[in-house]
Amino acid sequence: MPAEGGLIFSRALGNTLRALLERDPRVILLGEDIADPYGGAFKVTRGLSTDFPDRVRTTPVSEAAITGIAAGLALEGFRPIVEVMFCDFTTLCFDQVLNHIAKYGAMYDHQVECPVILRTPAGGGRGYGPTHSQSLEKHFLGIPHLRVVAASLYLDPLTVFSQLLSQSEPVLYVEHKLLYPLSMVDAGGDDSPELLFGLDSGECGLPTVTISAVPRRECTVTVFAYGYGAVQAANAAWDLAIEEEIFAEILVPAQIAPVDWGPLERSVAVTRSLVTVEEGTAGWGWGSEVAAQVSRRFFGSLRRPVESVASARDVIPAARHLEQQRIPGAEAIAQAIREAAR
Amino acid sequence: MAGDSRRGNRLPAIDRTPDLRLVGSPEEPRDERLFRRMFFLRCFEEAVLDLFSEGLLNGTTHCCIGQEADCVGIAEHLTPGDHVFSNHRCHGHYLAHTGDAAGLLAEMTGRSDGVCGGVGGSQHLCAPGFKSNGVLGGTMPAAAGIALAQQLRGTGHLSVAFIGDGTLGEGVVYETLNIASLWRLPLFVVCEDNAWSQSTPKRLNMAGGLRERFEAFGIPTREIDTTDVLEIDHTAGEEIAAVRHAGSPRALVIQTYRLCHHSKSDDNRPLAEVESRWLLDPLRVHGVRLDGQRRGEIESEVRQGIGSLVECLRRAA
Repeated sequence: MPAEGGLIFSRALGNTLRALLERDPRVILLGEDIADPYGGAFKVTRGLSTDFPDRVRTTPVSEAAITGIAAGLALEGFRPIVEVMFCDFTTLCFDQVLNHIAKYGAMYDHQVECPVILRTPAGGGRGYGPTHSQSLEKHFLGIPHLRVVAASLYLDPLTVFSQLLSQSEPVLYVEHKLLYPLSMVDAGGDDSPELLFGLDSGECGLPTVTISAVPRRECTVTVFAYGYGAVQAANAAWDLAIEEEIFAEILVPAQIAPVDWGPLERSVAVTRSLVTVEEGTAGWGWGSEVAAQVSRRFFGSLRRPVESVASARDVIPAARHLEQQRIPGAEAIAQAIREAAR
Repeated sequence: MAGDSRRGNRLPAIDRTPDLRLVGSPEEPRDERLFRRMFFLRCFEEAVLDLFSEGLLNGTTHCCIGQEADCVGIAEHLTPGDHVFSNHRCHGHYLAHTGDAAGLLAEMTGRSDGVCGGVGGSQHLCAPGFKSNGVLGGTMPAAAGIALAQQLRGTGHLSVAFIGDGTLGEGVVYETLNIASLWRLPLFVVCEDNAWSQSTPKRLNMAGGLRERFEAFGIPTREIDTTDVLEIDHTAGEEIAAVRHAGSPRALVIQTYRLCHHSKSDDNRPLAEVESRWLLDPLRVHGVRLDGQRRGEIESEVRQGIGSLVECLRRAA
């Protein structure tokens, strides 16, 4: 339940990129249609090419080459940030990420670093159909030396990007499209006095935000969610608390891979039940790995098997009513929480 | 770098200072140095193939026997600050650029004091100003990105990408040529057309023209059909100077021939074709220009240099 009137996520992200360009001459933005006056398909970079014409470059429709050019820049000490217009198109960058960018450091015995950041709008809910609605991050999870980070309303993107620029591993930063028009939530402030917000700084350099209606000791289920799923889960946590007296603690990790297990362990140790939420297709994904790891770490103390909420293993239709059947909705998440909270 | 204790060497550290018997001294006449370096590359790879036969090397390797003139002729015109991105067939490019035979052989024998600590092996090498990767085509945009870095910094240096005719099947090559031309990047593409893509002749792989693929993007392209190191040296000098002067991309297509197999023992090419190409062996083409006695001295020095290196690693193995 984001507050009215706060800075919306897309502007917060645009401001972040502007701040990075202003303070760090190594930062270069590349991407299709990111230059003014268009400013990117989701307007995140609007205004930046006007003020930084050499360092904010619109490119041809060539995802592989853009990603590879960013690799070359990063190898030479620059800090390129690439916008991949739709997450669906990250398949076209995949060889560069897997066989080049994520390998250079280890393959060359750590003589070089290749800290490329790929940003990409992901997810459905806008009726864009089978090739413009996907959440494909699961295909990047587990690539050695690649970090996968998810945009969130609960953590200032400047905090996140400052951390990413302070280290040398490459990053895929996934931005759920439905976050763009939503207002940022100040997790440390009083934007949403109904919900309790906490920050577990964890060990990976990026924190995990905790959200619940009541203190952790009263919660009987942990929900591990990111992207728009985190917003849905937070809303569900509030509704279930006031309408059904079901208390869930939502954990929103900034980094979804590698998973920072500490914050999750601290919550599950208390609630002894876990639901994961992702918008990618079900199976072989984030929830599967989290379920496997948590089952191992909490074998014998979990009250029930880990539940994973994900999209149907099918294409995402363009028609609204069909799309809603395929991707996790508020009710599916609430129902999973109800079951797991018992 | 050699003997870096961080890597926990068990073995006595190798000396990675380039051996003058292999790379020649700066005062050596150019004709002799070019021959010496080509012979160095040849002897190194022959030693590598012998070590494979003896079971002392692990994995696979792609030799450039027959293409040494390309490596040596291009390297002659690069200066510290320039960058080379090479491919799977990278020994010659690496050795011509760095002279680091010890580091490369240590790498191929899996030693922690190899070029990449034994991780990279034959086709994933890294040194200041040099990298190679075994996935074809994907190195092109990285080379262009390095060129962009040089342009943004105003260094005046250039980025060289070595590719082969087979790599022209990869789409990312054309994405990169387009951007390199649009952004006027100081990228020098050297396409070594050795007529065969692994086991497949060019006629089954390539429609239309080769140089036209570069020219279609407005990239000035020279094409030479030669294994003569002097011709390559001369042409590379002009082309690299032009890239430096204009700060924009150019391509050099060299029609050459791989006299050895693709990797270790995979050669189904017509024997007569391969034999006829030995007449154009770059060592033969240029070797006849040298005084016979001097040539013999150079060959002997190079053999000694490679021999002592192989012995050193054999003792340590």
